[in-house]
Amino acid sequence: MASVATAAAEAAESRESEQVLVRPVTTFRPKLLLGSLLAGGVMGLLFYSWGYQIVNDIGVAGISRPNFWGFYIVNFVFWIGISHAGTLISAILRVTQAEWRRPVTRCAEAITTFALMIGGLFPLIHLGRPWVFWYMVPLPTSRGIWPNFRSPLMWDIMAISTYLLGSMLYLFLPMIPDMAILRDKTMKDAPGSLRTLFFRVLAMGWRGTPQQWHSLEAGIKAMAVIIIPVAISVHTIVSWDFAMAIQPMWHSAIFGPYFVVGAIYSGIAVLMVAMYLLRRGMGIGEYLSDKVFNNLGLLFLAFAMMWSYFTFAEHLTVWYGSEHAEMAVFNLRLYGPAAWVFWTMIVTNVVIPLLILPFPKGRSPLGTAIVGLGVLVGMWIERYLIVVNTLSLPRLDFTVGSYSPSWTELGILVGSAGMFVFLYFTFVQLIPIVSIWEVREGEHIRDHKAQTIIAGEEA
Amino acid sequence: MTRWGMAIDTDRCTGCGACVVACHAENNIQTVGEVEAGKGRAMHWLRIERYYEGEFPDIKVRFQPVLCQHCGSAPCEPVCPVYATYRTPEGLNAMVYSRCIGTRYCANNCPYTVRFFNWFEGEWPEPLERQWNPDVSVRPAGVMEKCTFCVQRIQDAEDIAQDEDRGVRDGEIRTACSQSCPAQAITFGDLEDPESRVSELERTERATRLLEDLSTDSSVIYLRGGR
Repeated sequence: MASVATAAAEAAESRESEQVLVRPVTTFRPKLLLGSLLAGGVMGLLFYSWGYQIVNDIGVAGISRPNFWGFYIVNFVFWIGISHAGTLISAILRVTQAEWRRPVTRCAEAITTFALMIGGLFPLIHLGRPWVFWYMVPLPTSRGIWPNFRSPLMWDIMAISTYLLGSMLYLFLPMIPDMAILRDKTMKDAPGSLRTLFFRVLAMGWRGTPQQWHSLEAGIKAMAVIIIPVAISVHTIVSWDFAMAIQPMWHSAIFGPYFVVGAIYSGIAVLMVAMYLLRRGMGIGEYLSDKVFNNLGLLFLAFAMMWSYFTFAEHLTVWYGSEHAEMAVFNLRLYGPAAWVFWTMIVTNVVIPLLILPFPKGRSPLGTAIVGLGVLVGMWIERYLIVVNTLSLPRLDFTVGSYSPSWTELGILVGSAGMFVFLYFTFVQLIPIVSIWEVREGEHIRDHKAQTIIAGEEA
Repeated sequence: MTRWGMAIDTDRCTGCGACVVACHAENNIQTVGEVEAGKGRAMHWLRIERYYEGEFPDIKVRFQPVLCQHCGSAPCEPVCPVYATYRTPEGLNAMVYSRCIGTRYCANNCPYTVRFFNWFEGEWPEPLERQWNPDVSVRPAGVMEKCTFCVQRIQDAEDIAQDEDRGVRDGEIRTACSQSCPAQAITFGDLEDPESRVSELERTERATRLLEDLSTDSSVIYLRGGR
């Protein structure tokens, strides 16, 4: 029985343009592999530094009293923030049936999954005794102690693990028909190869029957709707790690929505940079077209304005209220010895985006990627300022402290970036980064519409 | 019911630091060495804060010993994901070292900054390890610790009182800091017992609490206002 998917694979072969999507995963690309290996080496820095820290105790990090939290928590918030790119954007675009989403969704969803994997590591890296992290897992053990669900850290665990599972499922579901296309293609070209086995397993017996299509579409629709509130809950809860504490400039009701907006803002930034690199490196400009960059650039602009508004509102409220302990942190941030860090953030997150993105020419692939890079730096700084400023200035003046990271903390930061690049590079070599069947579906819809219009004109 | 509390007379305190030393000796607190102390990792469950009033040469120094305030509504307690810090029925803010996984959230949420983290395994240079207190456990690296109100002494006195079939008498328990204070600035006792010395001091006009506006309901009373 010739399956629908096989027919589709044959059709795919006949299309020259789709070759560019299939080729990276069916043929050997030394450059991509080299990229993976290099990034893997940088990733090694993370595991080396972490191993060193476990062996020699947490004291090798630069954190001290009163700066009990440092780079690790900054990185945690940063990576979890990045994870809001993909799934949330792709879900919103799916739910609103934005047609131009089709080539974007998968490369966005992959960002989510990988950023979450890295972000989820940081709470463990941060622990004084990481080997007993499972005390936080609600297991019926002989210890007879349930975790403390009043702690925001427990809410974190629940929200992030739900989000990780959900976003993996949401990444995987729309991958199934593509896996079948590749399975059928590789079965013909190289049956019995490891690659074929890989696609066979991931295709999960997809035949493309109407029943299967119906189930898949129902599943994707449901996941798109479910994942939106989950994503929002995740960064809200991350913000509550700070907002629930009674420390100056943490204890703020605005933090939930402020963090969610900041997370999506940094997420779009990564997406813009990643899309630019994919377009340049893989020659898929036909799919990741100028129009896609323009549309995402508009979304980017909207979040730049929202983030600027939240930052202004947060700081104005503190300044106007002028409470002693809050003002100490406020003054340190805006006028202290490291005030240039704050003003750098204002330049990268407010000034540059608002100067470039409002103009159609600024929303070019290069323009959005440059803004994206700046915003990434700025959003990392934002989390750094939130964590470090407040902790440096406790309410009792006698215990004022300062923080500077050690090489382990720097190594883990650099290593985490390497890990992200490694995962992404490897993913690109295994899975088509643009969803083949979704793009094709979009073409059908377009053709159908065009035919209807022509038919209407003739009649 | 009992609620252990302490009154510290800041007008009596001379800032000599005997309480800090006594606390270190009693509770097996590690000495971290000057390099680590320079990074802000010194561990003094009790510290003496110095505040200066006026300009030199017409200057006045004020001392304020600060230790865990054993808050009735402690900000550190709800944020711990593993119940490593909790409130005992006798009003102590207790630490269970073996439960602690080292998130350090409690320390961040303590407005008094009186929680201390074991960044490394403790080392006791010769001959300090010979005077370890056998009643107090030594903490491993990666866990939080802080003032316990000398819980081992409380336990001891309660055991003796139980054997003799009576309650603990006021003044029977003396914490290491209060015992060693040459100016007798520190009084320890039961705040719920209206007869006790500490609750008498609590009712005087000089009684205040630290950062009272945060409504932490602390168990340490500071006496100030004298000359």
